[in-house]
Amino acid sequence: MKVVAKRPEALTDVRLTYCPGCLHGVAHRIIAESVDELGIKERTIGIAPVGCAVFAYRFFACDMVQVPHGRAPAVATGMRRARPGAIVFTYQGDGDLAAIGTAETVHSANRNENISVFFINNAVYGMTGGQMAPTTLPGMRATTSPYGRDVSDTGFPMRVCEMLATLEMPNYIERVSLLSPKEIVKAKKAVKKALKYTMEGRGFSFVEMISTCPTNWGLDPVSSREWARENMLPVFPPGLFKDRSAGAKPGAEKE
Amino acid sequence: MGEKILMKGNEAVAEAAIRAGCRHYFAYPITPQNELVEYMAKRMPKVNGTFLQAESELAAINMVLGAAACGVRAMTSSSSPGISLKQEGISYIAACRLPAVIVNVTRGGPGLGNIAPMMCDYFQATRGGGHGDYYTPVLCPSTVQEFADHAPLAFEIAERYLTPVLILADGLLGQMMEPVEFPEKTPVPKDQSDWCVGPWEGKRTSHHVINSLFIVPEDLEEKTRILFEVYEEIKKNEIRYETYNMESNPSLVVAAAGTAARVTKSAIDELKAEGIEVGLVRPITLWPFPSEAVAKAASGAKKMLVIELNMGQMVEDIRLAVSGACPVEFAGKAGGVVFTPEDIAALIKEKM
Repeated sequence: MKVVAKRPEALTDVRLTYCPGCLHGVAHRIIAESVDELGIKERTIGIAPVGCAVFAYRFFACDMVQVPHGRAPAVATGMRRARPGAIVFTYQGDGDLAAIGTAETVHSANRNENISVFFINNAVYGMTGGQMAPTTLPGMRATTSPYGRDVSDTGFPMRVCEMLATLEMPNYIERVSLLSPKEIVKAKKAVKKALKYTMEGRGFSFVEMISTCPTNWGLDPVSSREWARENMLPVFPPGLFKDRSAGAKPGAEKE
Repeated sequence: MGEKILMKGNEAVAEAAIRAGCRHYFAYPITPQNELVEYMAKRMPKVNGTFLQAESELAAINMVLGAAACGVRAMTSSSSPGISLKQEGISYIAACRLPAVIVNVTRGGPGLGNIAPMMCDYFQATRGGGHGDYYTPVLCPSTVQEFADHAPLAFEIAERYLTPVLILADGLLGQMMEPVEFPEKTPVPKDQSDWCVGPWEGKRTSHHVINSLFIVPEDLEEKTRILFEVYEEIKKNEIRYETYNMESNPSLVVAAAGTAARVTKSAIDELKAEGIEVGLVRPITLWPFPSEAVAKAASGAKKMLVIELNMGQMVEDIRLAVSGACPVEFAGKAGGVVFTPEDIAALIKEKM
């Protein structure tokens, strides 16, 4: 019998605990497939955030550490200084990375730490039950913006790729989306490129993945993807923002 | 032991940490411990070590968490307000059972306080400090030499029991210069490969997970039980204290730690010359606390006097240890004002 599809080696056989239609599973899979294809499972340390993906430490089959809210890039900094041969990646949501962990994100990027940061942006705090995130869209309802996000009161959604791309040092910054098979294929290329750059010691790699949260958005899986396409992609346009290894210049470059 | 070198306490503890095999140090500037950060910035590159100035105390302690998770000797330092910020990370490090050393060169508080040598972080240091049910061993030096000696000892305790260890010194010890001798040998690194993370490439059969999340109450209960078994071992093996002039069977015994104890010793010597015998019990480990030694010192005394550079924190542990065997009185100074030996001698005479 010929195996045509299987679980990546870099994932454990623990059943994912994410909600139906959630795209964390997809993000986990493309990272795990990339780890497998690069043959780095036994050199890789993954860092689980606080948020829905806190349980990532149970799902990846590489070394895993679960860390305080927002501090993953600082922990990764300590690891890669202690073990320069390790491939260290962080996996963080929008609250973790762009609210409580903003300083760690910006400064690890500015130091061009040789790590891969995978940023899952679904515009909401998932684990705690749907509160407003730094990436919540204008007018979007969340449990802590029950009348819709009022940008005059709580600011405009933060575009992290654009912010980080203003820094001189970061090596690679790209925003992708996980809303269709075609986009997922493209997202995987970005993930694999980030990990490859980390292997090659090229510095800070940052891949933002536009994702969904059917549960907290109150939508079914299919319509949540349509909603994200219509509402999130205009605010968070996918694109390559920086690729110093490939000679790309700073600033958004729409493809 | 090698030659004697005249050094500030902050520099001595940094040099001692490097000689103890620490090659990963992460910190953020704050007075009065900046000489420690600056010494590391100068020395670490010369010994192929890592010095990194973090963007915050939060980042620094989490860098320590990351390095410690990889099984290397990692350290950070700060002063009181900065240590408050590190408490989140210290709680995680304790929960994940990672070995790490944290130096607190205390200053006046609460709030921004001042940069004078107040010892007002006793409660924070000895009661875990951050959120959750845990403790960290706390070493409290009273001379620059002892401050330096505590660096290798802190790494040994950290690695033996897989716990963060705190060195609690006040600003006076950090700033003061005294001759220091460094030991020739460094603590033998313990093999951490059975739990640490990092490239393993065929050397083990499965990946390692370091985690402090236990959603099922019974699982967290079990983890906590194990943690407290370790604390019992630490209590059994690591309690340290010093007594001074106790052989004179004094009717009054002073309990003091750190700088307060050092000044008290001078007062005791002065009083001895006048024919007045006073004893001292000086806790060196503030956690675990030398309760038995304190109880023993109190058993032959008419009175115990607790002297602290704060408004009364260690006195609570002393009262618990003495347990009513004799009256316990307290004298303290706040704001970073330090007792002179004459102050203490006068105080003792008044209390006798």
